[in-house]
Amino acid sequence: MTQNKNSVDGGTLFFRDRDWHPPALTPGYKTSTTRAPFRPLIAMPSTLSEETGPAFGHSMFGELDNNLILNFTGQPAVGERIILHGRILDENGRGVPGVLVEIWQANAGGRYRHKKDGYLAPLDPNFGGCGRTLSRPDGSYEFLTIRPGAYPWPNRVNDWRPMHIHISVFGSGFGQRLITQNYFEGDPLIARCPIVNTIGKEEAIRALVAPLDMNRALPMDCLAYKFDVVLRGRRQSFFENKREGM
Amino acid sequence: MQRLDYLKETPSQTAGPYVHIGLTPNKLGNAGIYPADLGESPIRPGAKGERVTISGEVRDGAGMILRDTLIETWQADAAGIYPANDPRGAADPEVTGWARIIADFDTGEWTLRTIRPGRVPFPDGRLMAPHIALWIVARGINLGLQTRIYFEDEDNDSCPVLQRIEHRERVRTLIARKTAPGAYRFDVRLQGENETVFFDM
Ligand SMILES: [Fe+2]
Repeated sequence: MTQNKNSVDGGTLFFRDRDWHPPALTPGYKTSTTRAPFRPLIAMPSTLSEETGPAFGHSMFGELDNNLILNFTGQPAVGERIILHGRILDENGRGVPGVLVEIWQANAGGRYRHKKDGYLAPLDPNFGGCGRTLSRPDGSYEFLTIRPGAYPWPNRVNDWRPMHIHISVFGSGFGQRLITQNYFEGDPLIARCPIVNTIGKEEAIRALVAPLDMNRALPMDCLAYKFDVVLRGRRQSFFENKREGM
Repeated sequence: MQRLDYLKETPSQTAGPYVHIGLTPNKLGNAGIYPADLGESPIRPGAKGERVTISGEVRDGAGMILRDTLIETWQADAAGIYPANDPRGAADPEVTGWARIIADFDTGEWTLRTIRPGRVPFPDGRLMAPHIALWIVARGINLGLQTRIYFEDEDNDSCPVLQRIEHRERVRTLIARKTAPGAYRFDVRLQGENETVFFDM
């Protein structure tokens, strides 16, 4: 947190399309039934509290922070080597520079390095499971990791999560804060997943599926998948900047 | 007709039960990847302003305390300036304004040690009462929940955001209770009786 600005713009945030996001109450994902607010959200335009947000500087990053294959012990993790790359954009289509992107994931066997995960697939002694980076001036980001395995989870009797990477992204405003998950092209478990299906619209689900990107794959080294993340946009109007009577 | 060509915001997905791996690996016990977790404190020792400690817990609709929730907080400095991206100028350099806190793995209790923020203007120029913005994620929460902490011993009635809440008895769910000098309690109820006010803003 060494810089005062991580984006060129201010302005009121675009309203969230709540029919595009998953609703809070999604009975197919059982835990949501006790954690979903029942009362309507109090809706109003953003204020400075949502339009400003924390900024992060390059100085806090270690050299291997975005390399999950090596960043735990320095010895390579087991699994299918992949580059996960893409751009952080806003709804106006502009790259969002200098924002913190953090990811976490299971290992190649579908096991998380977390005390709450007791899945029988073993831990990989060389895989920690997290990475972070700062988006570049054009909004692009990149991680080197392994493709996570699918894993079973307690929901219905035989629910499995598709292969996925959790992604946390900051914008320039706290109201743009977003966590999502990326899935991988061709995974037959995507359509069966109750968490994926918290999202009602097929088109919105497609926005979470990363395509194989052979142009970014490195021959004899790793495959690549592309995953763009879009944050809430900002309204930029000359008129908006003038208060009535001022 | 021309096309608008806006992009759609990426749909949210739950942070899930393993959010700590990614966002607070050191607190989880996965040391060695990052030297420290981010957001350990929203202030540095020299920050101006009154020190306050806010503690609380998050309960679900069945009254169970969440032990897997992660909360981020964002606030202004003591003069009401945000530490980054604030068009009005530079804030106290000892205030970062942002913290990332987790519920205790055993008790579910969380604590935020910070300074009391100053007043920040609403878009029409009126001042909002001092508040801290919260963003709450956990397993079972499909899209991060936005809420705010206000302080019992402030003039909250004049806050243009709180005035927008039609059901006046719900306003108190946003107001931290003073338990001792400089100490406040703020419990969140996700669902049901005394459900906390959540915002869409
Ligand atoms: Fe997961």
